[in-house]
Amino acid sequence: MHNKSVAELSRELGSGTISSVELTRQFLDRIRAEDGKYNSFITITEDQALAEAEAADQQRAAGKATPWTGLPLAHKDLFCTNGVRTTCGSKMLENFVPPYDATVTARFREAGAVCIGKTNMDEFAMGSSTESSYFGATTNPWGNQRVPGGSSGGSAAAVAARLVPAATATDTGGSIRQPASLCGITGLKPTYGRVSRYGMVAFASSLDQGGTMARTAEDNALMLNVMAGFDPRDSTSVDREVPDYTATLNEPMKGLKIGLPREYFSDQLSPAMEQQVRNAVKEYEKLGATVKEVSLPNAGLAIAAYYVIAPAEASANLSRFDGVRYGYRCEDPRDLMDLYTRTRAEGFGEEVKRRILVGTYALSAGYFDAYYLKAQKVRRLIQQDFINAFREVDVLMSPVSPSPAFAQGEKNTDPVTMYLEDVFTIAVNLAGVPAMSIPAGFVDGLPVGLQIIGDYFSEARLLNAAHQFQQVTDWHQREPR
Amino acid sequence: MQWDIVIGLEIHVQLATRTKIFSGSSTAYGAEPNTQANAVDLAMPGTLPVPNEQAFRYAVMFGLAVNAEIERRSVFERKNYFYPDLPKGYQTTQLERPIVGPGYVDIDLSNGESKRVRIHHAHLEEDAGKSLHEDFHGMTGVDLNRAGTPLIEVVTEPDMNNAEEAVAFAKKLHGIVTSLGIGDGDMSQGSMRFDVNISLKPKGSDTLGTRTETKNLNSFRFMEQAIAHEVDRQMDILEDGGRIVQETRLYNGDRDESRSMRTKEEANDYRYFPCPDLLPVVLDEAFIEEARNSLPELPDARKARFQAQYGLNDYDAGLLASDSKLATFFEETVNLGKDAKLSANWILGEFSARLNAEEKAVADSPISGAQLGALVTRIADNTVSSAGAKKVFEALWTGESDNVDGIIDAKGLKQVSDTGELEKMVDEVLAGMPDQVAQYQNEEDPKKRKKMLGGFMGPLMKASKGQGNPKLFNEILQKKLGG
Repeated sequence: MHNKSVAELSRELGSGTISSVELTRQFLDRIRAEDGKYNSFITITEDQALAEAEAADQQRAAGKATPWTGLPLAHKDLFCTNGVRTTCGSKMLENFVPPYDATVTARFREAGAVCIGKTNMDEFAMGSSTESSYFGATTNPWGNQRVPGGSSGGSAAAVAARLVPAATATDTGGSIRQPASLCGITGLKPTYGRVSRYGMVAFASSLDQGGTMARTAEDNALMLNVMAGFDPRDSTSVDREVPDYTATLNEPMKGLKIGLPREYFSDQLSPAMEQQVRNAVKEYEKLGATVKEVSLPNAGLAIAAYYVIAPAEASANLSRFDGVRYGYRCEDPRDLMDLYTRTRAEGFGEEVKRRILVGTYALSAGYFDAYYLKAQKVRRLIQQDFINAFREVDVLMSPVSPSPAFAQGEKNTDPVTMYLEDVFTIAVNLAGVPAMSIPAGFVDGLPVGLQIIGDYFSEARLLNAAHQFQQVTDWHQREPR
Repeated sequence: MQWDIVIGLEIHVQLATRTKIFSGSSTAYGAEPNTQANAVDLAMPGTLPVPNEQAFRYAVMFGLAVNAEIERRSVFERKNYFYPDLPKGYQTTQLERPIVGPGYVDIDLSNGESKRVRIHHAHLEEDAGKSLHEDFHGMTGVDLNRAGTPLIEVVTEPDMNNAEEAVAFAKKLHGIVTSLGIGDGDMSQGSMRFDVNISLKPKGSDTLGTRTETKNLNSFRFMEQAIAHEVDRQMDILEDGGRIVQETRLYNGDRDESRSMRTKEEANDYRYFPCPDLLPVVLDEAFIEEARNSLPELPDARKARFQAQYGLNDYDAGLLASDSKLATFFEETVNLGKDAKLSANWILGEFSARLNAEEKAVADSPISGAQLGALVTRIADNTVSSAGAKKVFEALWTGESDNVDGIIDAKGLKQVSDTGELEKMVDEVLAGMPDQVAQYQNEEDPKKRKKMLGGFMGPLMKASKGQGNPKLFNEILQKKLGG
């Protein structure tokens, strides 16, 4: 059962060959047996999951089922879950139990899905390896002591290890696509505003976007069907019709115009990685797509702009963690200043503090114009690059990361090396366009993803392209060990 | 040395929206602490602000009322600082692109002149909560009921040159806000808060001096006192050859003292940047037109109407029109009382004095405009004397009765206006005062004669048990005594 996709499991539940309670138990058993190796979960909500499964079985019996009724899934631990602690991978929120659901978790709840647990992540989603979690690093199921990528490394590892058929994730600078690539699964970062951010603990508000992780493109489409849509509680969510993303999965690839951004096939990419990406593009050509080289001239500025804008927003977003109302509070504060400084010094990890410092600096009087304003100008140039590119082609294809999964401890001592992990993914967030990572081969026995980038609100086309690729390849079916 | 005083004001106006600017919590005043604060107001992780359209409508109405440009695309920014009553660690406010641009207000001065005070801009922002330092045994309590209440902050140009002008402007602005109905203007509850920027410069100099900001002025009287206090303080320093420190000062009205709250050096670097959780606010012409059409009569227009419609003088009309509740009260009074001048005199005299003495607002008055109107009618038709009317007013005010005619009857305040009866009384009184009558008739100076005439009034009122019509007594006396 654990090798079946969401679509297949949904059919099994529908035909009654298995109940939600049985299915949920199987996955809970797998997590208990296997997750010691991966540490992909921070919290397992066993009792609640079984209760939800039971309710789902009754719903199904009453003939009131959605495709998700009774299907187990996991949420990245920055989506608030009513009554279930939401840690964001931080000591600061170690014991934080929100009295409300994020819109994303509420929608899955309403669809009848069973929340099986909360997945590990880099602290406050700041990282590319899931090593900065207060709850310990997550390990990539594909490799001994390899990172799963990050920040949604827990979700990616859990899906790759078949501990759960699907998991929510978020992507601020590559945090869905890079771990999906490194763990050999399929992940989608939707257009900024497509999925509500309400109840998602904020890292960088203008970049954060909730998205999907599963093994197949079809499952990603099923997830997005639940998650996408306007939310009156998020002013930045977009009031625009939500299509049935499964309806167009089988559109042919003939005539699809693919652009390969010159800047993403640079020296930073190893020849072995490049080969895998080019092989994948060839599959599309076989399916009738045409390929041309395009340019994103300002792509090289993306990391620099991102590491001003994201920390600047984070420095304000994380001010609320002050020990006054909820979350960690230091012992016996002497006075107000001591309460603030020690609470934050003790409650935040090193990378989080680094980014708060960087962001505070970038917004400070005398530096604002040179850093923040300049970065915003670069951001507009990058947006324009994508707009221009999509006048020529339908989708862009590129690598996701410069290399396959690296060893734990290899990059977390040098922040800049770690930041370069996102060199191919970050411009997408600055522009706000949607993008996917789909399994496209192996390098040194480790999975490698292909990035497909689309124009604003073209998730249906991305999912269609991903699904067609998965009809003629089986990379996404490969199981670790 | 002679000094020019330069004053600019910053005014925070709480908007009377039912719910907060970015959340659905109630804004009602006086609830138990933290009962009107939801997850958004508490800045729980992942919560997001959703703008309240009514706050924008009110801000636009204000802008139109002060002849200002309305920004079609305004931007919210985050003003970052840590404080326990600021849950997010930043205040959502506007800086570079405020919703209300430059405008102006004309104020009337006691010398009969009017003066234009320019408004630099007005922006929308959220209020903070309250820190409670008492009753917590050395700890601080935080009440977030107020956190997220919509405010507009109005910033003037430094166009005022003395306390009178500043107070006149403040009252005018208060009248505009209450007339628009966008705020209750209650200064004692902090619904309207005035901060005064003051600097001094040598008379005629073009260069502005260093300014201070004085906060915590919760009445117009304190504002006037605080300005006098700060001007004196700065003048003393400057005349001793000292220098003014740019700082924020807190004024204590009860003691007429001020103390430094923070100097410029201690001020935060607020690290403003556009709030990424809120899109720029784009107002279309229809929205602005709708706000324009919903504008009620404003104090300037009302003053002109009161002069034209009721024949009031400039001063009375200005006072009555300045405050919408007072203006409404006046019109309710006139509606029944008919005599506008007499109504105005009673409202601006007895009625206002009584309100002030008891520190009551017009809304809290135990007397209605209709009741005062009924009383004014009885004064005008000579049923009661003005002395009797004061007794009726007292009975109305203390709630003894709410019926004017009933009070007049019950207290025997009805004037005797029967000339035959009054003549008889005059004859009797004059007969008992032959010396005074002779004295009067020998007096040449008309002024002295007039004064002596008054000497007969006391005994006459006594003889009539206070019920004789003084005007008729006067006429009869003059006739009997010969001019």
